[in-house]
Amino acid sequence: MITAFIFNVVLVALLLVVATWIIASRAAFSAVVAFVAYGLLLAIVWVELSAIDIALTEAAIGGGVTGMLLLGAASRLRDAETTAVSTGVPLRLAAAALCALVAAGLAAIVLFPPSTVFTLAPDAMAHLAESGLGNPVAGVLFVYRAFDTLLEKVVLVLALVGVWSLAPDRFWGGIPGLRVYQQPNSVLTLLSQLLLPLGIVVGIYMFWTGANNPGGAFQGGTILAAMWILVMIAGLQSVPSTDRRALRLLVIVGPAIFLAIGLMGFALAGGFLAYPAGYAKPLIIVAEAALTLSIGVTLGLLAAGPPERIQQR
Amino acid sequence: MTSALSVFTVLAVSAGTFFFVAGTVGLLRFPDTLTRLHALTKADNVGLGLVVFGLLPLVQWPFGALKLISVWLLVQLSGSIIAQLIAVVVRQEEP
Repeated sequence: MITAFIFNVVLVALLLVVATWIIASRAAFSAVVAFVAYGLLLAIVWVELSAIDIALTEAAIGGGVTGMLLLGAASRLRDAETTAVSTGVPLRLAAAALCALVAAGLAAIVLFPPSTVFTLAPDAMAHLAESGLGNPVAGVLFVYRAFDTLLEKVVLVLALVGVWSLAPDRFWGGIPGLRVYQQPNSVLTLLSQLLLPLGIVVGIYMFWTGANNPGGAFQGGTILAAMWILVMIAGLQSVPSTDRRALRLLVIVGPAIFLAIGLMGFALAGGFLAYPAGYAKPLIIVAEAALTLSIGVTLGLLAAGPPERIQQR
Repeated sequence: MTSALSVFTVLAVSAGTFFFVAGTVGLLRFPDTLTRLHALTKADNVGLGLVVFGLLPLVQWPFGALKLISVWLLVQLSGSIIAQLIAVVVRQEEP
């Protein structure tokens, strides 16, 4: 008991130190490195709070994909960084004050919780079995709050459109400017060859087990995306041109199937995103499978960045 | 038997922690990037290996143990290869 307490105190102290480091660090690169470390520490915090689903997401998204996106942004901004005008003191103070206000509000909620906590958790657990799912997080994501989940996936597609829109007009539909490791047959080739089969299995397993255990489409998709990025950086597979029809179909297939299942609910179950009795789980699995694929491809393309050259035909 | 295994766990995990501490000290104190990489990969390799070795009696056989061993193997794989990649960049930058 006491060991767990000491561990938690050290963990939180470390988290605060790393958070301060992110804010205080002057170079964008070291701030990003600290942010990745912060994401991984935060994942351990979620494990300590028994929120394994969130821990997996935090490790994959907060520590992994976001870190990669921010590293890309930092290296793009490296030239601009030296010439950039630093933000004025009033603006910094205003930002600090607002952040402190949010932190104080959160601290107040944690330190002085209301005497009767309003929770839907018992109701959610009581009806979970009707969906055929065993993981309450999956139940919330795909049954109780399916609309939120659908919008979340659409936002991901919109984010990709946003990144692509950063390309100059002449490169629209071209090849993303992901920096590929130049040396062929390097150790990176070995790593991607060894890791790829393992990563694909883990990614698919993560999606599959998500119905009953921690996991799900987002975590699985992120692992698949990581494998794809690794293969592209190692040069085993070329970065695809963004005007390829198959690629664009893969990006939207998940949200599209989820939306189609949702619309089908009008005809068969009396409401948007309602599942016909007895068919909830198979429909959710179909939607999740398509979403895993779409999330993988979309995150991979997000990390690859905006198109920077056009395919020579 | 159980107490013997506990002693083994404590010893192995402590030895592993020692390697991590030594690796961290090396990372902070060594003069250049290549030697620092050396310190870091030693910690990953031997330190984590000993920690995993020490924890083996505490987990369920076979799947818990296999999971721990595969964690160690994966860290080995990624750690050693990333060290190689960083070393190549260092070589190119400071000939």
